[in-house]
Amino acid sequence: MKIGIPRELFAGEKRVATTPEVASQLIKMGFDIAVESNAGAAANYSDEQYAAAGCSISTVDKIWNESDIIMKVRGPDKQESMRLKSGQTLISFLWPAQNPELLQMLAERGVTAIAMDSIPRISRAQKMDALSSMANIAGYRAVVEAAQHFGRFFTGQITAAGKVMPAKVLVIGAGVAGLAAIGTAKSMGAIVRSFDTRPEVQEQIESMDAEFLLLDFEDEDGSGEGGYAKTMSKEFIEAEMALFAEQAKEVDIIITTALIPGRPAPKLITADMVESMKDGSVVVDLAAEQGGNCELTEPEKVAIHHGVTLIGYTDLPSRMAAQSSQLYASNLRHLLTDLTPEKDGRIIVDMEDEVIRGATICKDGETTWPPPAPKLSAAPPKSEPAPAPVPVVEEKKKSVAGPIIGMVTAGLALLGMGAVAPESFMAHFTVFVLACFIGYMVIWNVSAALHTPLMSVTNAISSIIIIGALIQISSDNEMITWIAAGTVFIASINIAGGFAVTRRMLEMFRR
Amino acid sequence: MINAGVITVSYIIATILFILALGGLSNQETARRGNYYGMIGMAIALIATVLGVVTQHYTILFAALVVGGSIGLFAARRVQMTQMPELVAILHSLVGLAAVAVGYANFMDPTHHLVGVELTIHDIETYIGILIGAVTLSGSVIAFGKLSGRIGGTPLTLPGRHYMNLALLIGAIWFGYQFVVQSAGGGGMEPLIIMTVIALLFGIHMVMAIGGADMPVVVSMLNSYSGWAAAATGFMLGNDLLIVTGALVGSSGAILSYIMCRAMNRKFLAVIAGGFGTGGGKAATTTGDEQGEVIAIDSEETAALLLDAKEVMIIPGYGMAVAQAQHVVNEITKVLRDKGVNVRFGIHPVAGRMPGHMNVLLAEAKVPYDIVFEMDEINDDFPDIDVSIVIGANDIVNPSALTDPDGPIGGMPVLECWNGKVSIVLKRSMATGYAGVQNPLFFKENTRMLFGDAKDTLDAVFKAL
Repeated sequence: MKIGIPRELFAGEKRVATTPEVASQLIKMGFDIAVESNAGAAANYSDEQYAAAGCSISTVDKIWNESDIIMKVRGPDKQESMRLKSGQTLISFLWPAQNPELLQMLAERGVTAIAMDSIPRISRAQKMDALSSMANIAGYRAVVEAAQHFGRFFTGQITAAGKVMPAKVLVIGAGVAGLAAIGTAKSMGAIVRSFDTRPEVQEQIESMDAEFLLLDFEDEDGSGEGGYAKTMSKEFIEAEMALFAEQAKEVDIIITTALIPGRPAPKLITADMVESMKDGSVVVDLAAEQGGNCELTEPEKVAIHHGVTLIGYTDLPSRMAAQSSQLYASNLRHLLTDLTPEKDGRIIVDMEDEVIRGATICKDGETTWPPPAPKLSAAPPKSEPAPAPVPVVEEKKKSVAGPIIGMVTAGLALLGMGAVAPESFMAHFTVFVLACFIGYMVIWNVSAALHTPLMSVTNAISSIIIIGALIQISSDNEMITWIAAGTVFIASINIAGGFAVTRRMLEMFRR
Repeated sequence: MINAGVITVSYIIATILFILALGGLSNQETARRGNYYGMIGMAIALIATVLGVVTQHYTILFAALVVGGSIGLFAARRVQMTQMPELVAILHSLVGLAAVAVGYANFMDPTHHLVGVELTIHDIETYIGILIGAVTLSGSVIAFGKLSGRIGGTPLTLPGRHYMNLALLIGAIWFGYQFVVQSAGGGGMEPLIIMTVIALLFGIHMVMAIGGADMPVVVSMLNSYSGWAAAATGFMLGNDLLIVTGALVGSSGAILSYIMCRAMNRKFLAVIAGGFGTGGGKAATTTGDEQGEVIAIDSEETAALLLDAKEVMIIPGYGMAVAQAQHVVNEITKVLRDKGVNVRFGIHPVAGRMPGHMNVLLAEAKVPYDIVFEMDEINDDFPDIDVSIVIGANDIVNPSALTDPDGPIGGMPVLECWNGKVSIVLKRSMATGYAGVQNPLFFKENTRMLFGDAKDTLDAVFKAL
């Protein structure tokens, strides 16, 4: 099947739906790929690179007319959707909940549409979760943007010219973007604090070496379905706001990432809080597109209020186009791998597959959105069976009587034997028992790596049985002499072979 | 030529040297010296005996020594390290044969004039020496056949095999009684020969009933038997050197068998009684349910994963020995270590067909032994491991050993590689291991399957690196 990669038309969009590297992998899976001229230029992928990877460079008309699959980053605009034909498959971000007209249009055009934003958040689908990929980049870029507008170091330093205090960064919302921001700010040397309504992320925040801000509020779990947060009670929000107000006076940089699916972003940073911040501080609002977490955020712009820089960019992933194109293209590749089970370059939209079902919003002109509720959420419900107890295969407590009875019996048996056996036998028997004990003590010290040499060397020394044959070989009975000679023969094979092979093995053990 | 006192002193020195030889094996540095102690001890014992006891037939003696020794040396030079288990098994059979021969020769020797209790005890010693020798002989030959692939690895489970063993045991005791009675009257050869046949059959039947995965136990058990056979011969001849050496070897083998059984969480008797899982057909039941899908990977992707990793764990199994892949494993290890990747090896005690088999193979390929670790040393490190490579191993990395305590391998300690970030499993097919248990590891999300012959695929990985 033929995949078409048109150039993104949305103003300022620099990303592209595939990179030359990923394209070559897709070609291996049996697809033909046509890339619109200059599609990757803004992300620093030239037409030559695509051509070298095996793609054909084509015009926009040809791509929309001849492709079986169209892969994009942003959903199609009006004109683009008019170009779609029945039977084509479109894969891109589509946001069906926010764009009902687009969904209707796609259904009318008779296409199959797969929305990258609707991939269910289950662990199997993580490799194609483009939202997470983009959020990761946004979180990283948020810190970079903050650093750009922040007039000081992130890291603390003690220099000849004096002491520099480290910057204090507050990250609100520790989702994928928040955690990425924490990691980035941390690696630049800042003191990072973070807050999230979902208690289970405390561990994740602390694992990033950031401080988790505790709220003096009992027992309210902010975890909603699909790993997202949900709206909290009024009391909770009040306590939360008090915490932010207090933090605002202290920190230099606030990065907000709080989103609740399908609702405008919660307002967490009020104008008063911004005012209370030190001059030169920076607020990066990753929720700007959904209205912003900060009252004063102006979407897509950098604004300055009360000496505080408010960054409201909504296109942070696009500002790192090469990186985000690469991750997005990989997400698409994983999706296509699942769509082409036969690896023959023919996609099969299998509506039985939970992931594909969830992402397919429209199939052959029929609206299939919203999908039935996912069976599993990212935070598994309690029904998950407790991990099977590690079986401590403990023997039944051995009763003390057992070994005592055994020892008494053995002792009596020995006494009985001693009573009838002649002196000479008992002498040998003593030697035998002592030797067993020595063997027991010595062998436990043998390193497990040397068990094979141990076996070959014990094999060699057990041929000490040759002594028996040597005693017999001088017999006057010819039969015995020959049997003894045979024994000497085989035992000497064993002696020489056993020692030599042990030596050979031990020579090989080198540090 | 030399008197009895000197011979005794020589024997004491030899005994001490043998103990030092075994003690030297406690670590790699002293092991080589230990082996030399063993050689010197053996040489002293031989020279003292030849000088002190032998009075005639020197030509035959030296001819036998030289020819036998040369064959032994030749075999030791030529054997491949992957064939070590076979070599050890066949050498055990020689000890068994020697014990039988010495026992018969001793019985036929007309110069003994023992009477009463002493004669009875001596007869019993002879009888037991030959018995153990014969079991060792036939058992080792069968083990050799199984290990070298001449006999199939599947356990032979005859109906009523436990009763058969019992019958053979009772038969051996009964003929022992007959032998003692007849020997007192000057005869006894007949029951002795019948017993030898019984013992040979017992050895064959015992090892035939044991499956391929239990071979480490069998090999160390036969090692133990060869020691007891030497000790019994020592009693028969009244020779302390034989008794001590035999006891050392016997307890060594017994301890090894115990260690191997513990590593498989099996009872020694259950292994000896044969068949995997005494519950019979239970092995297959846990495999019934659909386990999900596996994620395949190719050698280039494997190489890329390895290059990105900081911590790599290699888990070799019998499959590595079969494919002779240890050398390319070492090449890969070298490349990765040069690039600053911390490569380690995790060895399960029963990986392979003989105790310590994997260590020998890796040593042969010149993998430095200080990056080769025992299971207990590294099992807790898996959460930090970026990539684990499982080469031709199955049951020793099976999570169901922990999750399914009633399964055939339930409770057996395993290498918990699934706790790492990614496990790459090299395998020829999806077939189950010797235990016949499906391995949930293959279906885990962080497991990638690299199908194909281990050597070919690793060669490809090496090239990609």
